[in-house]
Amino acid sequence: MNAGVLASRFTAELRRSRSIRICGGTLIAIAVVSLIGPWISPHSYLTTDFDGRFIKPTVEAFHLFGTDDLGRDLFVRTLMGVQVTLLVAVVASIVSLVIGVAYGAVAGYVGGRVDAVMMRIVDALYALPFIFLVILLMVVFKRNFLLIFVAIGAINWLDMARIVRGQTISLKQREFVDAAKLIGVSTWRIIFRHITPNLLGVVVVYVTLTIPQAILVESFLSFLGLGVQEPQTSLGALVNGGVGQMEQASWMLLIPAVLLAVILFCFNFLGDGLRDVFDPRRESR
Amino acid sequence: MLRFALLRLLWAIPTLLLVIVLAFLMVHAAPGGPFDAERSLPPEIEANIAEFYHLDEPLPQQFTRYLKGILKGDFGPSYRYRDYTVAELIGGAILISLKLGALAMALAIIIGVCAGTLAAQRRNSLLDRMTMAFAMTGISVPVFVIAPLLILFFAVQLRWLPASFSGSTSGWRFLLPVIALALPQIAYIARLMRASMIDVLGSDYIRTARAQGLGTAAIIRHHAMKPAMLPVLSYMGPAIAAVLTGSVVVEEIFGVPGVGQFFIRGALNRDYTLVLGIVIFYATLVITLNFIVDVLYGFVDPRIRHR
Repeated sequence: MNAGVLASRFTAELRRSRSIRICGGTLIAIAVVSLIGPWISPHSYLTTDFDGRFIKPTVEAFHLFGTDDLGRDLFVRTLMGVQVTLLVAVVASIVSLVIGVAYGAVAGYVGGRVDAVMMRIVDALYALPFIFLVILLMVVFKRNFLLIFVAIGAINWLDMARIVRGQTISLKQREFVDAAKLIGVSTWRIIFRHITPNLLGVVVVYVTLTIPQAILVESFLSFLGLGVQEPQTSLGALVNGGVGQMEQASWMLLIPAVLLAVILFCFNFLGDGLRDVFDPRRESR
Repeated sequence: MLRFALLRLLWAIPTLLLVIVLAFLMVHAAPGGPFDAERSLPPEIEANIAEFYHLDEPLPQQFTRYLKGILKGDFGPSYRYRDYTVAELIGGAILISLKLGALAMALAIIIGVCAGTLAAQRRNSLLDRMTMAFAMTGISVPVFVIAPLLILFFAVQLRWLPASFSGSTSGWRFLLPVIALALPQIAYIARLMRASMIDVLGSDYIRTARAQGLGTAAIIRHHAMKPAMLPVLSYMGPAIAAVLTGSVVVEEIFGVPGVGQFFIRGALNRDYTLVLGIVIFYATLVITLNFIVDVLYGFVDPRIRHR
């Protein structure tokens, strides 16, 4: 599959499938609002106001999502949370992309016994309860942003490695690889300059599917109080805060919970739809 | 078959050992000792504490001591719950966690398989579309969102069911935690089951069965069910891991006095030995169950054995 075919298939799928358009549009809208919203709102995400605790969502004083138990404006905090959640997810996905592509491309291109051992290791790692090791990591070390990125990225590279390996195996039999070999290009250069750029299409699809997984892990950690730290916040941390107050202030739970669910739903739907574009078996159906 | 099982076991043991080494090193690479947070103590007392917990020994010696202990089921003393060993804490909580997990898995398999089969049978019908929309939602909404929403609606608003597990003695207290834990797995299994059932129903031997005049129900029961279940069986490994992860959240939200709750308490209190012990316990559980699923899969599907 070359880039042109993929692009035309992609636009065709976009035209055909309304759900992809809706999900993509929703995600873009959420991202844009989360970037612009805090500038428009007169409130800051960390100003507390003890006379204005537990205000229900209202247009008055621009508390669109109400206030929390410390009187902080939840509109700004929720948008903050969306920003953090999306940022962590995207960066963590890039980490897993880099690891997965490098690992899979090397295994697939070198082949033979190296490939067998590398893939056996991946199989073994699948059985590992990574999430618990990540929690341990968060408990033991100071919870900084960088660690969160790397730790979450390190969980999700296994699928990517498998898919990239499969693609690489089919790519390495193509003429341009033979040509590169003939003119004496080194193995490393072939892998990273000739093979990997051709993996782009598949990789993009799987990143779309990795992002919701990364969001899930990040919000899980934040929900447990092990991820993003106060006064910073993320959707997981906001849900956690809402759980404690749900009997008197259900909006504190409902708004971030629904937003998180919508974001995850849209990413999953988008990834599913895009995967169909790249799935060769699809044509026969 | 025996060879296959042994080979799998040969892979399971080093995996488990790797987890133990990684977890152990992580805890011991921690900046500052476990007792640094408290007020500074006289050096003699600090030395005493270090000696009691064997923190004065070189790392390899500490590790072999720890490993030997694990083999005997001894995970050392808890740093925070004084007078309790980690093994005692886990042992006291394990039954309720297992019960919760097993109930959720059973529910997920039964409902997931039935829903997936029905959806495949009536492909593109309203029932199919609704099942799949539900499944997509179930996959997308994390357990820690489902659980509080269930409490909000069924316990706080409607007051049908108890919100907290420990605050009630009736059997109904299990219902909400089990549903919260099972929902995402129901969704996954239903999707898997539908896809594989559609595949199987399209194969030649099913057409032959149909040509011989067998009804749909009989075809599914006698011919299609078993092969269609294979992907579900191979999903059991990840499902077990997911239920375990979910149980940590569910136990915390519903106040179930299980292993997961100790895990969170330990994580927030920096109770290193407790968290380390539970991580190893969970890893052992996941790897053992994965091994069983693998062997079972080889048993059901002979093609795997001779790869």
